[in-house]
Amino acid sequence: MNALRKMTWVEFKLTIREPIATFFTLVFPVLILFLFGSIYGNEPSEFLGGRGNVDNSVPGYIAMVIATTGMMSLPIGLATYRELGVLRRYRATPLRPLTLLGARIIVHTLISVIGSAVLLMAGVLVYDMALPVNIPAIIVAFLLGNVGFLAVGFLLASVLPSANTATAVGMALLYPMLFLSGAGLPREILPDNLVAIGNFLPLTHVVDLLKDVWYSNTWSVTPIAVIVGMTLVAGAVSVRMFRWE
Amino acid sequence: MNVIEVQNLRKEYGRTIAVDNISFNVQQGEIFTIVGPNGAGKSTTVESIMGLRQPDQGTIRVLGLDPQKDEQELRQRIGIQLQEAALPDRLKVWEALNLYSSFYEKTVPWEKLLNDWGLTEKRNTHFKNLSGGQKQRLFVALALLNDPELVFLDELTTGLDPQARRATWDAVRAIRDQGKTVVLVTHFMDEAEELADRIAIIDQGNVVALDTPGALIQNLHAETRVRFTTYNGYDPQQLRTVAGVTDVEQRGKQVIVQGNGALLAHVATALAEHNVTPTDLRVEQANLEDVFLALTGRSIRN
Repeated sequence: MNALRKMTWVEFKLTIREPIATFFTLVFPVLILFLFGSIYGNEPSEFLGGRGNVDNSVPGYIAMVIATTGMMSLPIGLATYRELGVLRRYRATPLRPLTLLGARIIVHTLISVIGSAVLLMAGVLVYDMALPVNIPAIIVAFLLGNVGFLAVGFLLASVLPSANTATAVGMALLYPMLFLSGAGLPREILPDNLVAIGNFLPLTHVVDLLKDVWYSNTWSVTPIAVIVGMTLVAGAVSVRMFRWE
Repeated sequence: MNVIEVQNLRKEYGRTIAVDNISFNVQQGEIFTIVGPNGAGKSTTVESIMGLRQPDQGTIRVLGLDPQKDEQELRQRIGIQLQEAALPDRLKVWEALNLYSSFYEKTVPWEKLLNDWGLTEKRNTHFKNLSGGQKQRLFVALALLNDPELVFLDELTTGLDPQARRATWDAVRAIRDQGKTVVLVTHFMDEAEELADRIAIIDQGNVVALDTPGALIQNLHAETRVRFTTYNGYDPQQLRTVAGVTDVEQRGKQVIVQGNGALLAHVATALAEHNVTPTDLRVEQANLEDVFLALTGRSIRN
């Protein structure tokens, strides 16, 4: 327990000391919020089902924070540790892999929480955005999506050999998802075939879950099943594939 | 008492045989040195002993434990300094010691190690800003945090300047003098000769010799050489009649006398009888490099 506490604290301080690495997670979504907010405002729109643009976008931006943390920060961080020999040194101690994993989960979740809180504050203060109808419910939905993408991140960290490949593969998977899932752009503006492709992306289901719970506390089976399935499969594979060096 | 027992260890990577068939014991309280050229199988051997690699064949007992089955208990009781290991770039020295302390059930105060290893002034320095010698000292301090009974030091002085190497050697002896057993892995023969109580020379995955440095050199039966600068009016060829001398060679003003036994004493006596008193009389003895050359037919540097 002491090891988990110290490891978490150290990992948190290291994250703060590499501000560039968290820039995209924390600042980029807010910049997009202000960009589209300044263009479209937050007036109710029939095209968006009677919601304003900001109301319609923020759950997606939160999903963007979750996905960026899971698919970029976590695998690049772990792959860098492996490449440098940090994991090799840990392996020569009694440190259990789960302690390292646990510390990473806590720190990345914390960063995503901060990123989401910043979005929420910006939306409410600047655009008078509507708050989620049920705060505890949206927290549960957030944590579910967060765990799903952290599992994907561990999978990437386990199968990709270096920090450079982790960066390249993470970007190649993340960026199309941001455009097709409704996280970065409203899916309402996409043509039917791209919407159809989007249905196969895990991030789409995180966006759907967050929106459903945010606006009406509705819990649909499909997104929950997809996220839970993704967590179990990615988690199981990464436990088998993970290498210290 | 044997701290480590290795019997018929074998490890292959694909078609490469890293360790062919290695057996040896390490006794409590000694500095046991494993030397050999790069790629001889030294690191694979010690990493199998630490439980970091699973051998294909053979049995290993460390402190009475099986390194594969009793991994956790073994890690609590041994200290490891590894090649190609690192800490996070921006981790501070004190944070590393504090963090690693939390991994062990029993620890010595890390502030003491910080002081013992001359890192007190660097306690707030990021790992990436340490010099090579400072990084190595930090790694040794980390390896000693749990007050281990057995310490592994793998290529400890690679990349260090001569002064830092000497200081590190003193420190290794200090670890042994605390009653700990040290397994030192190196490809530097001078380091092995300097530190080792016993040496295992490994070549191509096998132990080719195992003894004290003195015995290894003595068993070579190599001749001793005595060198000095010639004096005017003295013919060094007269030395051929001195006991033990086998050859006298002149290279310009240099005289090189080869022979066995107490060569230096006999040569010096003979010179004194002729009132020849060179100020640069030197004796050169065979060293471990010669031992390796004799055993393998190759120089360790190639």
